[in-house]
Formats: sequence, structure tokens, C-alpha cells
Amino acid sequence: MSDASHEAARASVERIFHDERGRVLAALVGVFGDFQIAEDALHDALVTALERWPVDGVPRNPGAWLTTTARHRAVDKLRRDRRVAGGDEELVRLPAPEVVADEMDAMIYPDERLKLIFTCCHPALAQEAQVALTLRTLGGLSTEEIARAFLTPVPTMAQRLVRAQRKIRDAGIPFEVPERLGVGERVASVLAVVYLIFNAGYEAGESDDLMRLHLCEEAIDLGRTLVSLLDDLAESATVRLFMPEAMGLLALMRLHHARRRARVSPEGALVLLEAQDRRLWDREVIAEAVLLLDRALAARQPGPYQLQAAIAALHAQAPEAADTDWRQIAALYAALAEMTPSPVIELNRAVAVAMADGPLAGLMQLDRAGLDIALAEYHLYHAARADLLRRLGMRGDALLEYRRALDLCRNAAERAFLQSRIATLER
Amino acid sequence: MKYLLMIYTNEANDAGATPEEQMAVMTEYRAYTQQLHDHNAYKGGEALMPTSMATTVRIRDGKRAITDGPFAETKEQLGGFFIIEAPDLNGAIEAASMCPGAKYGSVELRPVMEM
Repeated sequence: MSDASHEAARASVERIFHDERGRVLAALVGVFGDFQIAEDALHDALVTALERWPVDGVPRNPGAWLTTTARHRAVDKLRRDRRVAGGDEELVRLPAPEVVADEMDAMIYPDERLKLIFTCCHPALAQEAQVALTLRTLGGLSTEEIARAFLTPVPTMAQRLVRAQRKIRDAGIPFEVPERLGVGERVASVLAVVYLIFNAGYEAGESDDLMRLHLCEEAIDLGRTLVSLLDDLAESATVRLFMPEAMGLLALMRLHHARRRARVSPEGALVLLEAQDRRLWDREVIAEAVLLLDRALAARQPGPYQLQAAIAALHAQAPEAADTDWRQIAALYAALAEMTPSPVIELNRAVAVAMADGPLAGLMQLDRAGLDIALAEYHLYHAARADLLRRLGMRGDALLEYRRALDLCRNAAERAFLQSRIATLER
Repeated sequence: MKYLLMIYTNEANDAGATPEEQMAVMTEYRAYTQQLHDHNAYKGGEALMPTSMATTVRIRDGKRAITDGPFAETKEQLGGFFIIEAPDLNGAIEAASMCPGAKYGSVELRPVMEM
């Protein structure tokens, strides 16, 4: 085979592998109950596929082929280890994949990715470990990529992953979709992990642009996988509890992502929502996300992700910034603050009130919420207060708040924005 | 009277021990256990997996919080213990949640080592 066609074959195997990976790994964890064995077996199956597929052709059911091959390799290895450990049972190598190829095409492995997601996001694991493990097992990111995304040294990240996998095995974290008591907190922890991955990509951080885009798309993929897996299990009580919020989260992420090209200027500066060029928003994605949100809301089980998505949808649907329905947004923030009380939500609520009823109403709402202590170290609190004071013509107070915000802000794009505001006021 | 003996060791040192060193310590513990048996003093005992395997459960305002890692608050001290049988960590968390100690303090769960 020529180098070029060999490369093409390799790329095609790797693409199929990427698509099938999560499902195959879930099946293997289900069989062996051990992430390390499952990952090693999956790697062995990839090596075999890279040898065989370019010669024999891609099997009709590549997922089943990979799962069976990986299972056989892992069983071989376990037997070998047992033999080395002193047992003298007969070593029988399991049939090579082509021998059972026909049988494999007809074989259907159940999709166990939902169990895998719940296991990776178990609250007995630290949240940073939940995030890393989910990206590794379901997203197929390498340890190096995850380390880069979270600005963590590779050995630290590798250790975190190994430790989490070991705890799952040794502390007896079960591989199952929870149906018992406490299912609500389990669901919340899965959604939180997916949203954390998205935010790591969305928030202007220090990791590079490509990596951030990758994280956003990975989170959206995970959200989509969740919704489709839940669709298959529509009778389960867990799923009924889970579904509207899972759809709300997916809609929320897609709405944010649809605006990504307008969010950063060609010079790399952060562009505020009201100043964004709305022609750069992806209208098709927005329409799909709004449709999904409507389906979620129809279940009448409102939750924080649906409310946040509803707020994002109101922004996304306004033809111009001036057309934004701020009164409705302020009401949604009030509902959100009721459901999940948080100083940051109160801050956003006050900003919406200011847009609906003017800067004075906004400032009163902001100061009434008593956020000065909780958000004392949060640059956006000071930036918002500065903006309201500026609009009220209180130049001196506004400057003080802008400077406080600048002191606390670590992001280059946001710092540039604050500096320009300070320069204008000082003129 | 019954007494609980709590054994504190340096996990980092333990993990760095060679198989021979581990075996030597194990032999010492076996001899000690036998001694306790000989004096009719043995009521039970287990080796625990390291604190990296620990999960802590507490109930506040009726809400359950589960965290990774051992109980690290220095204001509260070990006040009792149970050894329970559960099918998996979820089962053990259910049992820990029902323990009054989860409301009044915290309950650290540690898997017992299979020997």
C-alpha cells in the first residue's frame, strides 16, 4: 500500500474509533468493572484495527468488532497474568477477530454510556476528577489534552485520573444508572460536569483558542449524547426527572456557542453582548436550540438550566440589542434566584432590572441584594456597579469601582475593556 | 469495657514500602492479633484502604452532601464506629446517611481491605 492510501486508511480507522469509543469503553467497563483494564483493552483493539481494517476492510458493525476484540484481548491478558501469578490452568487464546466476524455482525451490545456518565460523575469523586474522567472516557481526550485545557501539569492530571479510576474500583462505586434515593443530586452532578466543561471552553481563559473551542464542542456532544440516551429510556423515573433539564442544558450551551464568533473581536478583545455584531450569530443553531428549549419547557418541570436557556434565548432572538425583552429577563432571573440563590444571579438580575427600568432601579436592586461582601473580590460586580454609576453621571464613584474591577480582573480582553472605560472617564 | 484502637500511620511512607517490608509488617500484625486472641481481648479489627479511597457524608438542613476524601475537620473527633456490609458504595452512602452521626457531625466511609 502507498504511504498516502495508508494514511487515508489510518485516518478513517481513527475517525470510526473516535465515534465508537465511548460506547465500546462503556461496554468494557460493564464487563470488567475496571477502567484501567477497559482502557488497555480498547487500546489493544485499536492497534488490531489499524492492522486489519486497511487489509480486510472495515467490519459492518465496527463498534461490535471493537468491543469483541477488546474483550478477547483483555481476557487473554487476565489469563496470562493469572498464569504468571502461579496458576497452572491451560492457556487458551480466544479466537482472533476474523474467526467470529459473522457472529459479531449480528451481535448487539447494549449502549451503556449512561451508566458510564453516572459513574464518572459520582459525587464520591472530587468534581475536578469527575470532569477529567468524563473528558477522558466519554470525550476520548488524552491526559495531555485535559491537562492543557485545565492548565494543570500532565503528571498531576495523570495522577488525578488514576486515582479516580482506582477509587471507582476499590471503593465500590457501582456501574449503574441510579434509580434509588438521592437520584436528584446524582443528576445534578452529571449536568454540572457537562456545564463545567462547556464553561472551561467558553470563559475567556488562559488556554489557547483551539483547545477552548474543542472543550465547548465536547460539552455540546456530551449534552447531545445525554439527551439521546435518555430518549431511549423514556419510561424510567430517573429519566423523567432528568430529561427537561438535560434538554435545557443542551439548549443553553448551543445558544451560547451560536454567538461565539461575535464574542471576540478580530484583535482578540471580548465584545459585550450589546455591542456584538448579530449578523455573526449562527441563526440556524439558535432556531434549533429554541425549538429544543420549547420541548423541554413543555414538560413543565422548570429548572435552573431551562431558566438560563430561556434568558439566553431572549437575547438570541432580539434582532438588535435595543429590542431585548429586559423585563422578561429580569423576571426569569428573579425565578432563578428563588430556585438557586446565588450572589452572581442577583448581580445579573440587577443588571437586567437596570436595562428594563433604568440605572437607578438597577443600582437599588444591586445594593438591596447586599452583594458587597459576597462579591467583594469579583471583578464583574465592581464593573457592573461602575457601569451603573457612570450612567447615573456619578463619575468619581464610577472611577473607583472601575479601578477596583481592574485590580481584580485577570483576563486580558476584559482588562483592556476596563482600561478604556477608565481612560474615557479620566478625560 | 470495650476499646477502639485507632491506628494512625503515614500513608505516603506505607505506599513506598517494598513488598518485603510490607510482608514483615503484616507478620507483626498477625502475631499481635494472635496475642490478642490468646488473651481473649480480640473483638474485631480491619485494615483500611488509604484515605484517598475515603468518602465523607453529612446531612445539613435535611440535605445530603457527599464529598471525596477523608474527614478533615479538627474541631470534631472520632466518637464511634460501625463496620457494615453493603453491596457497593451507594449502599454504604445510604447507610451512612441514616446514621445520626451524619446529622450531628460527619461520617467518613472507608472501604475495608480484603485480606
